[in-house]
Amino acid sequence: MPTVSVKRDLLFHALGRTYTDEEFDELCFEFGLELDEITSEKDIISREQGDTKAEGASDVILYKIDVPANRYDLLCLEGLVRGLQVFKMEAPRYRRVSPASSEPQRLVITEETTAVRPHAVAAVLRNITFTQERYDSFIELQEKLHQNVCRKRTLVAIGTHDLDTISGPFTYTAKPPGDIRFKPLNQAKEYTAQELMSLYKTDSHLRHYLHIIEDEAVYPVIYDSNGIVLSMPPIINGDHSKISLNTKNVFIECTATDLTKAKIVLDMMSFLLWENILEPTGQYVHSDYPHSISDFINRKVGISESTEHIAQLLTKMCLRSEVMSDGEQIEVEIPPTRSDVIHACDIMEDAAMAYGFNNIPRTTPRTYTIANQLPLNKLSELLRQDLAAAGFTEALTFALCSQEDIADKLLKNISETRACRISNPKTAEFQVARTTLLSGLLKTVAANRKMPLPLRLFEISDVVLKDESKGLFVYVGARNNRRLCAVYYNKSPGFEVIHGLMDRVMQLLEIKPGQGNGYHIQAADDSTFFPGRCAEIFACGKSIGRLGVLHPDVINRFELTMPCSALDIDIEHFL
Amino acid sequence: CIPVLSTYPILKTLLRRVEKVDGGLDSQDVATSLGVDHQAIVGAVKSLLALGDVISAEQRSSKHWELTGEGCEIAEQGSHEARVVSSIPEEGMPQSQLMKLAFGKVGFSKAMSNKWIRLDKGHEGGPRIFKTVEHLEDLVRDKLLLVQKGQASQLEEKEKNELKKRKLLSEVTVKSYWITKGSCFSTTITKQETELTPEMIASGSWKEKKFKPYNFEALGVAPDCGHLHPLMKVRTQFRQIFLEMGFTEMPTNNFIESSFWNFDSLFQPQQHPARDQHDTFFLSDPAQAHEFPQDYLERVRKVHSEGGFGSQGYKYDWKIEEAQKNILRTHTTAVSARMLYKLAQQEKFTPVKYFSIDRVFRNETLDATHLAEFHQIEGVVADYGLTLGDLMGILHQFFNKLGITKLRFKPAYNPYTEPSMEVFSYHEGLKKWVEVGNSGMFRPEMLLPMGLPEGVTVIAWGLSLERPTMIKYGINNIRELVGHKVNLQMVYDSPVCRLDS
Repeated sequence: MPTVSVKRDLLFHALGRTYTDEEFDELCFEFGLELDEITSEKDIISREQGDTKAEGASDVILYKIDVPANRYDLLCLEGLVRGLQVFKMEAPRYRRVSPASSEPQRLVITEETTAVRPHAVAAVLRNITFTQERYDSFIELQEKLHQNVCRKRTLVAIGTHDLDTISGPFTYTAKPPGDIRFKPLNQAKEYTAQELMSLYKTDSHLRHYLHIIEDEAVYPVIYDSNGIVLSMPPIINGDHSKISLNTKNVFIECTATDLTKAKIVLDMMSFLLWENILEPTGQYVHSDYPHSISDFINRKVGISESTEHIAQLLTKMCLRSEVMSDGEQIEVEIPPTRSDVIHACDIMEDAAMAYGFNNIPRTTPRTYTIANQLPLNKLSELLRQDLAAAGFTEALTFALCSQEDIADKLLKNISETRACRISNPKTAEFQVARTTLLSGLLKTVAANRKMPLPLRLFEISDVVLKDESKGLFVYVGARNNRRLCAVYYNKSPGFEVIHGLMDRVMQLLEIKPGQGNGYHIQAADDSTFFPGRCAEIFACGKSIGRLGVLHPDVINRFELTMPCSALDIDIEHFL
Repeated sequence: CIPVLSTYPILKTLLRRVEKVDGGLDSQDVATSLGVDHQAIVGAVKSLLALGDVISAEQRSSKHWELTGEGCEIAEQGSHEARVVSSIPEEGMPQSQLMKLAFGKVGFSKAMSNKWIRLDKGHEGGPRIFKTVEHLEDLVRDKLLLVQKGQASQLEEKEKNELKKRKLLSEVTVKSYWITKGSCFSTTITKQETELTPEMIASGSWKEKKFKPYNFEALGVAPDCGHLHPLMKVRTQFRQIFLEMGFTEMPTNNFIESSFWNFDSLFQPQQHPARDQHDTFFLSDPAQAHEFPQDYLERVRKVHSEGGFGSQGYKYDWKIEEAQKNILRTHTTAVSARMLYKLAQQEKFTPVKYFSIDRVFRNETLDATHLAEFHQIEGVVADYGLTLGDLMGILHQFFNKLGITKLRFKPAYNPYTEPSMEVFSYHEGLKKWVEVGNSGMFRPEMLLPMGLPEGVTVIAWGLSLERPTMIKYGINNIRELVGHKVNLQMVYDSPVCRLDS
């Protein structure tokens, strides 16, 4: 969730009234925002750098507000105000205007850009006036958009320019880095693109964006008709066309790998701060829903409001709505700032919000169904109860672990484990999905060495195994396998205890000792177990698991000191 | 403890003494008068108390004067100064010789100040000491003897303090019992039985026996049993609640899922931050899933990249490679998607209520409330004509079963539900609204490509299992609840789980 930080008094001034913190928090709640923190620049500096650094910093009160991830239109003070004025305001109307005296500006996109950053859209804001606050807001909005919808400039990069310092038509092209040469923003001299890339390697801000084009053969660049470089997206603008407080006409360009996002971003940059003064070259979203939206809204929300009232609710939410002549249908205008509206259900949500979620009558669906448990979970639940009744305590261990846990520490080779590997673990604890519950139980014992002996632990849960066989409900090349694992840790190995537990489990599953349809165990070799102290368990003719005394090296590798016996069976055979 | 026979005489003597006095008597006095160690009397008192109300005894403490080691020596052999006098023969003794005696130094100066001896410094052969008295009264020894006999009260405070200063006396606190007759006082001792035996039952001898009373203050012996894990106990309760409400359990036993079912089928765009390496665990082996229902996959591609079903779509270049990537599922909603797709393939739609409680995985930064894996609780209802009011109503009933009655709803954003609502409950302890879950209506862009009928609405909600469990059991750090580092004592001690109380 992006956070927007606004000056409280400016916000209240724009909203035309003041609120107590509680009242404002309540307003946010109804609108789906969250007043995350009430602070000031001074507070922030003093928290991060100490009281002495904070001296003299502004103590103007700031509201930090969390906004929903899809509401790019709320990323600045002006947008927030427009949103929050739901209960009083008319929906603003945006329109494209042509310049009074000249042809619209043009941005020409050349073929070369396809290889690196194929899309670009642009707009002009004319006859605007920057105040310091408006200017700050403009810069801040650009940055917020870069961090959110632009996905750190990978999808879209925004450049803003003083139109009066450059002249169109503009050209968006791509050139080898050695051929691009200009004076970048806030630098004293000209650099080639190559030089810039190494210059910005150490720049705390810009170095995060270099990777986007670094390895490309050509770099994107925008020129004006006189060959002046406007920007080298998505890295840096030229110094020549930079905007200032005195700028009257702003040229905005958005270059992108995703055209839809570029249009959204251009709309936000064009419309959010000023209304009615624009000249977009990209087209903006304008949709109406000719089917009966009021009926749709009433049915989905569970209310029965008149068409007129529904239209009023939507207008309050900045979706200008008018009941059409048939009295049934509503024409809804979606402003270009509301890129989140892509379906009638988005309009329905706005109506529900304006109505107030908490005013909607709560009803009980009459859906009649018979409940069923998943047989595997039902079996697991029943066995868990009886294992606890047999004196064993339930552990709950992680499904992810290190490769060492399931292989080296159990004296197994990783290649024989059928383990699924994670490609991007942040630490070694998340290298693989577990293929056995045993290592988790042994780690639990290790963390509880101070507890009185004997320790009797069990877990019934899933391991994950690579499995290429088809016909599974979920076919991804791996499957879960439900296991029952138990350990007995004491001064003596207690094989008879774990053996007795296995007999008890079989008794619970109504399987009698014996060959054929019964169960039996027979000596087996398994590197995890002490030689001669491991047996394979067969039930109804199938091998279902093992039991035995753990190998002393396994005991050591889990940092344990006492003998330990273990039981590990696959319970999916008993469904 | 049953009194052993060797202590019987002392018990009897004690009982007879108690019988004779009207009020009561002090165990210390009994010890002195019987000439036995006080501890023996204390033992006797405890044995008698164990027999029931034969006697009652009240613990007291009193201060007593006692001889120190040196004091005892003086009481026996005389004060140092008296011993000096008695060791000097008529013809006197060289001072150097006297000083060699153990009591010489101290005794000499005291005897001098008492004027019991004189020193002839000029004597030939060195300074020599002569006694000046024939008989002396060794007052120090007399006083100490009085104290030894328990008659310290005859001495004045000043005298006692003087002796204390000389480290001959010390004041000690003595614990004793004030013994009085009990309600069942008797001078005969009946041996009490500790437990009923099969022989007593067979012979009926229990009727004549007296039984030692139990100490009901003590704790019992802990039963030798196993225990269920508290998080799993809470899971059982949530399962129970869903089953009571008629919800069928979904097969969630597939931790590894394709991005297609985890994200794309839910209309979550491929550039969504949740699909980032920072948030999701991707698999390198098996890295990709290959089998998808082809016509459905095509409809999903289309709704993302071009729109349709009344939607404008996200209008981006949807890539199959991105959908094929295997991940550790980030939510159980991936299973809900599979179940709803399966439902849509039925000949005729039937309404369903589904639930699941299982593990999900996030490649997150870990802290006191976040782990890389946690359990998600999910409920889904699919039927014709369901409303947002129905969703709030069913949530109200669900949370009522958890003992949560005050709910309110906040608009939220979620890529696959519209509207989306965060569920808040009023926490009486914290005196504020706290988030308890998330909910919403699945978007048409998710449901219609599956083939579900247009009029069908699907409402759903989710919450984590860990959070309510932590609140229930008062645990602040999630690592104390889940994983191998938990203290088993916490598991042993955790109470039963009744969520509504």
